[in-house]
Amino acid sequence: MSAPAAAKDALTAPVRTGPDYFLWLCGAASVGAIFVLGWIFFEIFQEAIPALKEFGAKFLTNATWQPNRDRFGVLPFLVGTAATSLIALLIALPPGLAIAIFLNEDFLPKPARQFIRFVVELLAAIPSVVYGLWGIFVVIPLIQQLGSWCAERFPNVPLLAGPAYGNSLLTASVVLALMILPTITAISRSSLVAVPRTLREGSYALGATRWEAIFGVILPTAAPGIVAATILALGRAMGETMAVAMLIGNSPRLSWSLFSPSGTLASLLANQFGEASGLQVSALMYAALVLVALTLAVNFAGEAVLRYTEKRTAGIR
Amino acid sequence: MRILLPFVTALAAAVSVQAQQLSGTGATFPAPIYQRWSVEYNKQVPSIQVNYQSVGSGAGVKNFLQGVVDFGASDAAMTDEEMTKSPCGAVLIPATAGSVVLAYNLPEVKNLRLSREAMAGIYLGKITKWNDPAIVAANPDTPLPATPINVAYRSDGSGTTFVFTQHLAAISPEFDEQVGFDKSVTFPVGIGGKGNEGVTALIKQTPGTIGYIEFGYAEQNGLSCAALENKSGQFVAPTPESGAAALASVEMPENLRVWPVDPAAPEAYPITSFTWLLLYKKYDDAAKLKALKDFITYGLTEGQSLATGLGYIPLPESVVAKANAALGTIE
Repeated sequence: MSAPAAAKDALTAPVRTGPDYFLWLCGAASVGAIFVLGWIFFEIFQEAIPALKEFGAKFLTNATWQPNRDRFGVLPFLVGTAATSLIALLIALPPGLAIAIFLNEDFLPKPARQFIRFVVELLAAIPSVVYGLWGIFVVIPLIQQLGSWCAERFPNVPLLAGPAYGNSLLTASVVLALMILPTITAISRSSLVAVPRTLREGSYALGATRWEAIFGVILPTAAPGIVAATILALGRAMGETMAVAMLIGNSPRLSWSLFSPSGTLASLLANQFGEASGLQVSALMYAALVLVALTLAVNFAGEAVLRYTEKRTAGIR
Repeated sequence: MRILLPFVTALAAAVSVQAQQLSGTGATFPAPIYQRWSVEYNKQVPSIQVNYQSVGSGAGVKNFLQGVVDFGASDAAMTDEEMTKSPCGAVLIPATAGSVVLAYNLPEVKNLRLSREAMAGIYLGKITKWNDPAIVAANPDTPLPATPINVAYRSDGSGTTFVFTQHLAAISPEFDEQVGFDKSVTFPVGIGGKGNEGVTALIKQTPGTIGYIEFGYAEQNGLSCAALENKSGQFVAPTPESGAAALASVEMPENLRVWPVDPAAPEAYPITSFTWLLLYKKYDDAAKLKALKDFITYGLTEGQSLATGLGYIPLPESVVAKANAALGTIE
């Protein structure tokens, strides 16, 4: 008998009997997670049935939300959710990615980079109600001034039309952008770190400049991670409730202007559920169902893109 | 000592009357006064502990109908339909009252007066500038700025919205048709804040904003409140006295559910409302029933003196008498 085989025997020697409780525990935890998701879905769906029957698909295209008249349509909130999260992504993605690149290259000594990284990731630890308060005191006055200025200069541009409010779509988007910045930076950075050294060295060896190496080799290789970061950030922005409810102005009216009050699905739920009764409860549950479906769709899309890009870049890893 | 303490407490409880817990949930608007009653009453009668949670009128009614509380509370009372759903009947007891004010942020304007037409016009989005003729007409001596009116409302469902829109719907057929009244409605203009504090923040933050909030809130935050035109054409500022005049102007019906929607008395402030405690007709537990009756009797008598200090309006004597009579019917 050779030495390694003996060692192996010694390791497996005490034969265990009885059921594998650890396996059971882990299995139960995973099944439990799936069960809870299903349960949530089922419960929301069941509560939403009266509204589903009453409004059907028109719920998504109808722009009036009047609880006292039992008229419910979530189009304004759907648009608000999409607009705030996309604008937030638009604002947060370039600086988020820039920070990630900056932290991954040796522009600064390592301790300084560690410090910046730590501070950016701390942004994720701030409770959303604090973001809301900060938005009220800092962002709202700024956006209001910007809005009035824009409304005066460009009265015919629908996106910038007045009257400009401080509690507006743009205010919510700006604060959301800050809230999703750490997500984008952290995940993009870890995917940049994962790019093999050999690739970078290879591109330098072929005479690429630093910028050519970053934009031509490193970023494309890290693309799946960056896409994942973007999707996760979008998901967070869509579901964010408290800060948005404090800043967006909670209006169920459709408007083109960035400076007009708006609403999102999450803020609608937070605002109206407590005092809702009758069909309104059911309509709110329908809205919740739409929100869950939307976030799930985004995550599925993210997963699909991630797999596709991973396959494409697999050859160079 | 620490080991002895529970023993001593238990002994004390056994010697005196057994400690009686009462739990209630409901409207946020009267929560400060109910909680104060609970504290003050507990000082007098330590054996009775009242726990009131302000979860909103709608949730209060829900919990009451589910029978998970000893009493409920609601600014919108209960509808007849809801009352028939109650497992052991329902009795409405008016417990306190309050006014809804239109608070505004115009640093140079001290005593703004708003006509009925102007008030409805602002919340319909038809009056958009502070120097609109409809506002100027009622304020001939006050220079009004040519700035836009920033309208603020409650984004969450609330008894405050119910009382406010009920009044607007009563004085303006157009408002009634376009918006209607309820705990949550959709206004054609403005921005929404969550809770009294949310609307207060909106008003404080931006000059030119007007919003409706509870009187107590406006007072605590030092906001200016508009004097409103009442049914007899007088402009009345919100005060405890003008609120009491509004309450006195209505006759309490048998079921104790009434709103002074548009009081006719010349000195009455136009937007004032009662708020109700919801009790069952029958309680199985005699000790609990006695504790509950004692507590509410305290609230209706001594407790009323706390109202003014907290921004509420004490109930008129006649209402207290009727509420006490209704309390007597509970068994």
